[in-house]
Amino acid sequence: MPFYSAIAASGAAVTVLGGVAVMAVVTWFRFWPSLFGEWLSSLDHKKIGIMYIIVAFIMLARGFVDAAMMRAQQAIAYNSDGYLPPSHFDQIFSSHGTIMIFFMAMPFLTGLFNLIVPQQIGARDVAFPFMNSVSLWLTSAGAGLVLISLVIGVFSTAGWTGYPPYSETQYSPDVGVDYWLWAVLVSGVGSTMGGINFLVTIVKCRAPGMHFLRMPLFTWTALITSILMIFAFPALTVVCSMLALDRTLDFHFFTNGDGGNMMNYINLFWLWGHPEVYILILPAFGVFSEVVAVFSQKRLFAYISLVLATSAIGLLSFCVWLHHFFTMGSSETVNSFFGIMTTIIAVPTGVKVFDWLLTMYRGRLIFKPPMLFTIGFLVTFVIGGLTGVLMAIPPVDYMVHNTTFLIAHFHNMIIPGVLFGFLAGYMYWFPKAFGFKLNEWWGAASFWCWIIGFYLAFMPLYVLGLMGMPRRMEHYDIAAWQPHLIVAAIGAFIIFLGIVCLGVQLAVSIRDRKQLLDLTGDPWNGRTLEWLTSSPAAPYNFAVLPKIEGIDAFWHLKEHGLAYKRPAKYEPIVLPKNSLIGLFIGGAAFAFGFAMVWYIWWLAVLSLAAIAALIVIRASDDEPDFVMPASTVQAIEDERFEQLAKAPRNEMEDEPGFVGFPAPEAAK
Amino acid sequence: MSAVAANFTETPIPPDEARGYEEKAFGFWVYLMSDAVIFALLFATYVVMVGNTAGGPDGATLFSLTRASGETALLLTSSITFGIATVEAARGRRDMVLIWLLVTAALGLGFLFLEFGEFSSMISEGAGPQRSGFLSSFFTLVGTHGLHVSLGLFWLFVMVGQIVTKGLTAPVASRLMRLGLFWHFLDIIWVAIFSIVYLPGLL
Repeated sequence: MPFYSAIAASGAAVTVLGGVAVMAVVTWFRFWPSLFGEWLSSLDHKKIGIMYIIVAFIMLARGFVDAAMMRAQQAIAYNSDGYLPPSHFDQIFSSHGTIMIFFMAMPFLTGLFNLIVPQQIGARDVAFPFMNSVSLWLTSAGAGLVLISLVIGVFSTAGWTGYPPYSETQYSPDVGVDYWLWAVLVSGVGSTMGGINFLVTIVKCRAPGMHFLRMPLFTWTALITSILMIFAFPALTVVCSMLALDRTLDFHFFTNGDGGNMMNYINLFWLWGHPEVYILILPAFGVFSEVVAVFSQKRLFAYISLVLATSAIGLLSFCVWLHHFFTMGSSETVNSFFGIMTTIIAVPTGVKVFDWLLTMYRGRLIFKPPMLFTIGFLVTFVIGGLTGVLMAIPPVDYMVHNTTFLIAHFHNMIIPGVLFGFLAGYMYWFPKAFGFKLNEWWGAASFWCWIIGFYLAFMPLYVLGLMGMPRRMEHYDIAAWQPHLIVAAIGAFIIFLGIVCLGVQLAVSIRDRKQLLDLTGDPWNGRTLEWLTSSPAAPYNFAVLPKIEGIDAFWHLKEHGLAYKRPAKYEPIVLPKNSLIGLFIGGAAFAFGFAMVWYIWWLAVLSLAAIAALIVIRASDDEPDFVMPASTVQAIEDERFEQLAKAPRNEMEDEPGFVGFPAPEAAK
Repeated sequence: MSAVAANFTETPIPPDEARGYEEKAFGFWVYLMSDAVIFALLFATYVVMVGNTAGGPDGATLFSLTRASGETALLLTSSITFGIATVEAARGRRDMVLIWLLVTAALGLGFLFLEFGEFSSMISEGAGPQRSGFLSSFFTLVGTHGLHVSLGLFWLFVMVGQIVTKGLTAPVASRLMRLGLFWHFLDIIWVAIFSIVYLPGLL
């Protein structure tokens, strides 16, 4: 229990009270039946996607609190201990990184995949809806382990990378590293399954005519990301299992003595870790590619080159992992090879930046919040990319390794590159998920807070890094550092305002949802297939699978006046039945992780047996689907066409620079 | 939504089932690739750590060619018997499928019995995984394969149960096909273990 400090105790209290508050609200409004019946048991990819994104936002708030606490500590810790004891500060930077990578960014991107990819390729669901639900609940189980570490026990102090020998039992005897390990392992299994699911979905479930080279860019990035997940996550599973064996059963993979080899950990970890960077960022690139075309009102520039660049990045991402540890002492030849590979990876990324710029060139830009995030990304990301190329040169890396320069660099990539992309995607696709748009004023306010806060928070860290400040310092005695750290803390505060704006935006939009209704399903004059469905989409997405005849499939349909044609008759549609087994497997996995952290062997055995039993039950169910009769489909579609007829003028028409909808040609 | 849900009726599934099985087979192949990466990394770690004996015993003193060959014989034979079961399944001969699956299970159990004996004798000689980095990597690599075989056997018995209760229906046959992929995959991994762990350790 966290009674070692008032701050830790209040963190635990917030966690517990938050959980209790959610339960209370659900009980008060009697949401339990619909929560279990329609959401937690749902195998509908759209609902699973929404739940993933809710997890991501909860964890974003938690991860941001960690960040703010660090910035506050460093701002005041000149020649003083500040307000956080070292062990607590160390837990905070470890949980910040772990949460933001594994439990904010990963669920967010998987959530967007779930919500959008099947609709973009004209599919009715993912290939394996049940496995999708298992993935969701394994990720949530991992997130739950991180959250509960705040209440019961402690979290790791070994950083989000958990390097041995420090993370071995000898130096970290408490349960912190075990919490980290099992949270990462459990959610990692979920991510691997998610990768398999989306690879199969994209390869096998595309609508007729949706060739690979007609797929929207977001789907392309989902495809490459899935491949990276399938081949990179095993490395994380292996390396974390080995560390867990070291800690739990006294093996000697990475120990100081007895033939351990700690460098092997670092190799294996980054063999996953570098592809992971692209797992995070490629989906965001996909979002930017969609947003930039729609809000420039132009076709995406050089589609093929974007596809090739995405694939090239996917391939190269496996060839650069050593640049995370140039200082480990490999030979010049090895370091040079990886330095060169790292600079080469900037080439396809540069191609993408030019493609986005050229998409905007001579476009009629409409500055909706997703577009603001995209432009903010382009400017900021290029700066981060340049510092990355700088650090790809091994001698330079020796100078700035493990300084705040590195911290500034990767936040400069991940905040604009990943988070801005996901926020742009959130605001762009929100109407598709819920049937109404988000308030734009608050969206823009959030953007400005985020970007100004970002520059204030991280540009000083570049300077500090060059001044020699190492990362992860709890206190320091160099006066020259403090002003920069105070500016960084102010930046963190402005980012906090950005997060508040996101909350206000959501609340205001829910209040005004009647005015923000999206009746057409196509609020932005979209180009890709997900805008053909109603908002929110029917359980089956497409009553009749569309025939795809080009890139920007929906645009093409609109041009030919085929987008809203009613079919002569509807067919019955096969859909997956809801199932609570995924939720139960997640719960058992959580119990298993918790048991392994605290060495409760009976619970570990019991929860594994429960998982096995649940899988056997599910695997013996030969009728996991039901058939929605044509009459029901007809009823839903009738309602949809009634709404379409009622739809007011599209709000995009009021935008300065709006160039109009694709003119329908006479249907052939 | 709930009004819509009330209208759902449960009728037999129309025939795009075949596509579903194809997706499952493809997904399983992809899973096997992912699993192969796990083994690749375990092999790499083993090769890196094979010399880290920390003054303890090395492969030459611990491994027995007879036992390793016995394990190999049992596992490779079990692949053949599983193959026969698959052929019988294609012919729809339920009892023959059951017999050959049980033969496969017996061979798999024999393999696990030998492996278990090997592990326990090593541990009792003081050459357990806690002894050295080399032995940690040996037990993890070979043990992970053994764990896979155990899971495969568990799955095999579940399939026997399904064939007895449901018969060789299309969903059951499709599951049996994927179990076959898994079983043969483990064979391939074993061949690599034999050639990378046991042979160089003894020669």
